[in-house]
Amino acid sequence: MAWGEFKNTAAERRLFQRRALVMLIVVSMAMIGLLARMYQLQIVEHDIYTTLSDKNRVQVQSVPPPRGLVYDRNNFLLAENRPVFSLTLVPERVDGMEATLTRLAGILDIAEEDIERFQRRLREPRRPFQELPLSYDLSEEEIARMAVHRHEFPGVEIKAELVRYYPHSELTAHALGFVGRINREELQRIDAVNYAGTNYIGKSGIERFYEQVLHGAVGYQHVETNARGRILRVLERVNPVPGEDLQLHLDLRLQRKAHELLSGRRGAIIAIEPDTGGILALASVPGFDANKFVTGISVNEYRDLSEDIDKPLFNRALRGQYPPGSTIKPMMAVAALDSGATTRERRIWDPGYFQLREGGRRFRNWYRSGDGWVDLKTSMARSNDVYFYEVGVEMGVDVMSQYLAQFGFGEDATLDVSGALSGLLPTADWKRGARNEPWYPGDSVNMSIGQGFFLSTPLQLATATALIANRGEWVEPRLLKDIRGDRSVEEFLPEETHEPLILKNLDDWEYVVDTMVEVMHGPRGTARAAAQGASYQIAGKTGTAQVFSLAEDEEYDEEQVRERLRDHALFVGFAPADDPKIVVAIIVENGGGGSSTAAPVARALFDAWLEDFPAAEQDAMFTQTASEGNR
Amino acid sequence: MALGSVFNNSANNHLTRSKSVWSTLHLDPILLLLLLMLIGLGLFVLYSGADRNIEVVKAQGIRFVVALVVMFVFAQLDPAVFRRWAPWLYLAGMAGLLAVLLVGVGAKGAQRWLAIPGLPRFQPSELMKLVVPMMAAWYLSKHYLPPRLFHVAIGLLIVLVPMAMIVQQPDLGTSLLVGMAGIFVVFFAGISWKLIAAFFALVSVSTPMMWFFVMRDYQKQRVLTLLDPQSDPLGAGWNIIQSKTAIGSGGMDGKGWLQGTQSHLEFLPESHTDFIVAVLAEEFGFIGMLLLMSLYLLIILRCLYIAATAQDSFSRLLAGALTMTFFIYIFVNVGMVSGLLPVVGVPLPLVSYGGTSGVTLMAAFGVLMSIQTHRRMITA
Repeated sequence: MAWGEFKNTAAERRLFQRRALVMLIVVSMAMIGLLARMYQLQIVEHDIYTTLSDKNRVQVQSVPPPRGLVYDRNNFLLAENRPVFSLTLVPERVDGMEATLTRLAGILDIAEEDIERFQRRLREPRRPFQELPLSYDLSEEEIARMAVHRHEFPGVEIKAELVRYYPHSELTAHALGFVGRINREELQRIDAVNYAGTNYIGKSGIERFYEQVLHGAVGYQHVETNARGRILRVLERVNPVPGEDLQLHLDLRLQRKAHELLSGRRGAIIAIEPDTGGILALASVPGFDANKFVTGISVNEYRDLSEDIDKPLFNRALRGQYPPGSTIKPMMAVAALDSGATTRERRIWDPGYFQLREGGRRFRNWYRSGDGWVDLKTSMARSNDVYFYEVGVEMGVDVMSQYLAQFGFGEDATLDVSGALSGLLPTADWKRGARNEPWYPGDSVNMSIGQGFFLSTPLQLATATALIANRGEWVEPRLLKDIRGDRSVEEFLPEETHEPLILKNLDDWEYVVDTMVEVMHGPRGTARAAAQGASYQIAGKTGTAQVFSLAEDEEYDEEQVRERLRDHALFVGFAPADDPKIVVAIIVENGGGGSSTAAPVARALFDAWLEDFPAAEQDAMFTQTASEGNR
Repeated sequence: MALGSVFNNSANNHLTRSKSVWSTLHLDPILLLLLLMLIGLGLFVLYSGADRNIEVVKAQGIRFVVALVVMFVFAQLDPAVFRRWAPWLYLAGMAGLLAVLLVGVGAKGAQRWLAIPGLPRFQPSELMKLVVPMMAAWYLSKHYLPPRLFHVAIGLLIVLVPMAMIVQQPDLGTSLLVGMAGIFVVFFAGISWKLIAAFFALVSVSTPMMWFFVMRDYQKQRVLTLLDPQSDPLGAGWNIIQSKTAIGSGGMDGKGWLQGTQSHLEFLPESHTDFIVAVLAEEFGFIGMLLLMSLYLLIILRCLYIAATAQDSFSRLLAGALTMTFFIYIFVNVGMVSGLLPVVGVPLPLVSYGGTSGVTLMAAFGVLMSIQTHRRMITA
């Protein structure tokens, strides 16, 4: 059959042409429709989409400020910042979170805990496109391995950030405190804007107290990013205000010395500069490496630390509440003299014990055979208990407490020492409230020699001793010496609140100091061995405090039990006696006698502070001048 | 004839001397010029859409050289050859589709390719974009036009069977284009407007049925996403939001070549393939879109002119249907990218990166040129 032979070709052509015309109209209208749509998007709604487009590519990022550094009084760096590389994820940009985590774990060594913590964070509310850290402190090798596989992981980035580093780790952990990752409670407390880029916050010590000063103010940058979040260009930047650098009163040399003196033991040393109240050394031994806490300590490591029988995490200097024992006697002497309970001349007969009434309970002197007739000076030198028993009972709890309170017992008198405890200064009211018992005269007997209910921290003992060294002038203990930059210390240091302790007879201060000198240099002084050959006069007081109890549920082997039932050795003192430059309070847990264990430690500190360090400085100066002269 | 002769005469008068060269080569100079302009513009935009990757542009250029050769070869064949071969090509195509469903290979859950050892992989469904309208035109032009109801039914069957097979692969975009190509043949053949009205009625009734029984979840998702892109802004809605943002932020005169932030910062997905028109709209603005759409419209006008002046019904129906298929490409792609239509895998013709559809399209233009240049000198 031939095509079109019998067909009306002209009619078919006209039919087609009509249809083609219809299609031409349809096509034209459709094209106009599409162009109208373009007009709507590009002209009418142009502004909306321009905004959207800018929002797309331009993101506001927070720039965390570098944390302020911390120096000691001689400008040795105590806390610095070092760059740490961490793996962060932007959940919105990750395709397949579970699969990505599994594959990442195959490439890098990511701890189960890290993944769990990450998934916890993932469920918590957060800003869109906020990056969440998965793994911290990547090694060089891990960074390299990640770089190779980076293209396989959209939304996964390696981020460098500055992280706190304590170069002297154990030495300064208790003195400075440390920073750690912001936890949920802190997240609610802090200013979310200022901490937008910050992952760390001061958890304890100086780091906590001066958190605001050290942190600084957050900066911003507008950055152009691609859809994968990679920064292509910084459009505008408001620089962060770095945290202020702090200088502390702390002396790293003395701090090191204190740690050396206590090494192998458990105990605490506080050294205060009496002129300023500045804390020169704050040692609690054993210490711990605070750096481990910065990027997150593993559960096992934490358990090992927290369950260690020696309690390395426990800050004995600020939070250890011990019966002060005989180290309280100088303050008691001040109270007894000023309240009129005794005089310098008064003598008391010591048969080796004290009785409240004939035939009653015998409160023993530590020296069982008794010292015979003793006055205040001898009692101090010999640390005679019977003298203080009698005077204490005569004063009564109210007078004793009233005086001791003026020495800063029973309160946290510090200005900027975070976490210091207040001990326990008992009163009759306190006993009625806490124990539902009246105050018995026997309680006063115990209290007079720093036993019984009375508890004090080493820092409180040092503070009270400083008051004697200053002859009644109060200097609250403090750590901050100076702030770098143009801000003044007064801006940040809390106000001093304590009134000076003014005695009725101002000369009583000198007298009490004399009795303390007698302890060190007198022929019968308990610590005369420790002061032998000193080129300066020391005023001090030894103490030995009974260990009350051990927690019943703790299991120790017999050897340890015996060691841990020994008395705590204490010492308070200052030197030189007539112009004090340094005040110390020392406790050596289960150290035995204060005179044999704690007093030599004090002597070593005094020697270091008064002789060795100045000599070393002089040498350094001499070498410097000499070398300059040679030039 | 009146409309056609006006065009034809004027062309004859101006191109008398060169006409002999073009007709010897069996090329239509106007259509060729328009196509080359479009390809040139496309490569220009592609360079930006592919984020300055010159390799992509080179690969696309080579593809167009191949496509132009294919076009040239097709243009040399007499329309009668297509007509004679139509039934056999159709049978071969159906066999190919069947083979794809049985032993085809593919990716992403779709089975579209046929891998015959020793031959490059190919997509029989792509071939059907040409073969189905050929077959429909062959069948309908055998009979008196306008066709009787019976012939319409057979014609529709010729179209719908391969279309259904392509839907099964599944490849909604291609089946749509194949189906439309065939249906336009039926339309151009002159079925009555009543039937057309009935067809639309049927469509509106069957749409809900399609939704429940035929459409796959990902296809439903695309429709839902179209209706409310914000419902899934980071998933399926992302593409639409980002392409609308790209287009809208272009404004009147655009951000400038290579300056589009949406595409260069990788917010716009598929920026060198299906969504390339958003790159053009972002960088050249409304003016650029006006230029592109004008170019497309001129090509369609020229092709409809060729169809309208073709000498026999087969050629007219085939030319008309191929032209309208080209239009459907444009309409679906631009409609999809601008958020008017659901996301269907239809490229922007002769601009989007990718091989097969470009070659098929140029082959279709080869057929159109063949129809234009193989005239028997009866009426002249």
